[in-house]
Amino acid sequence: MSSEEGKMELQEIINSLSLEVKTPELDLHREVTGGYVSDLLSDVIANSQKNNIWVTLQIHLNIIAVASLKELAGIILVNNRNPDADTLKKANAENIPVMTSTLPTFELVGRLYALGLRCR
Amino acid sequence: MPVEFRADLHIHTCLSPCADLFMTPRNIIERAASLGIHMIAVCDHNSAENIAVTHDLGKKRGITVIPGMEISSSEEVHILGLFNSLARVLDMQAQVYEHLQPGENDEHAFGMQVVVNEVDEVREFNKRLLIGSTDLPLDRVVALIHGFQGIAIASHIDREGFGVIGQLGFIPPETGFDALEISSRTSMDKAEETFSMYRSIPWITSSDAHQLADIGRKTVGLHLNHATFEELCLALKGAERRRVIF
Repeated sequence: MSSEEGKMELQEIINSLSLEVKTPELDLHREVTGGYVSDLLSDVIANSQKNNIWVTLQIHLNIIAVASLKELAGIILVNNRNPDADTLKKANAENIPVMTSTLPTFELVGRLYALGLRCR
Repeated sequence: MPVEFRADLHIHTCLSPCADLFMTPRNIIERAASLGIHMIAVCDHNSAENIAVTHDLGKKRGITVIPGMEISSSEEVHILGLFNSLARVLDMQAQVYEHLQPGENDEHAFGMQVVVNEVDEVREFNKRLLIGSTDLPLDRVVALIHGFQGIAIASHIDREGFGVIGQLGFIPPETGFDALEISSRTSMDKAEETFSMYRSIPWITSSDAHQLADIGRKTVGLHLNHATFEELCLALKGAERRRVIF
């Protein structure tokens, strides 16, 4: 486990899980204190924590607004899902890093957990 | 003898956080009038606070404004509720407000929620989290709409996000939708091919307009005697020679 008390830098997660960064112009040296997984935006609004990494398959523009509202550390889209141009434009404007993974949610979250991240 | 009316039954106003601020009741009515649309329904997300003004302006320009809302169920399925009067939509709004996810709108994240008057002046900013969802499951939302004698339409069933099929995989047969909406992004041929199993429920197309230029990009033809809610209900049932032209 490379993290202390389950905290990691986003760039480390990207490297460890070979994520593709869709917003390369954003600073990826930011702290991730935990993770949250949900495809219901209302649930993410209600239950995610600041500086969480959010794993979802939703690619709608609204995910950026939710991440911005909750001050999330970034969004990982699973199954290689490709966000719309509008979503990425808003991600850049709102300073929300968006990454994609070829892995399905189960596999991806298992690896995040193995890195030491928890839901907090 | 029924004649054809054009209707755009899914239009947002500037009260919806995701809609353009130019979507004022006055602009919407003028745009609809210029396009020759006879009937519109105003369906803001989880609120009905701009409907009275739109209705009054529509009356002056000869456009029927059906009071409506686009309600978000607990599964994040969007459902259009259309009603026969302002009083009914406000009854529904009271239920929705009671069950809406708590929290205040963040204008920076989601956009402004503006309640306006007849001349585009701001009356107030709605503070509720209208982009959020209610804790009402889909079947409960439909039951409430029907309880207020309204029409329940599944919004944009062809959209992955917030459509009933995208959120729940298929349309539960017992849900009781009065109609299904196909959005502007899917052609009729494609819809016929993809959703043929749902052809027993009437289909409509509408613009889901969030900006003025969207209004009327898709409309539905209705054979009615008059452009009224009651006639629309008959058309969806295919009763008394009224019908939806699709």
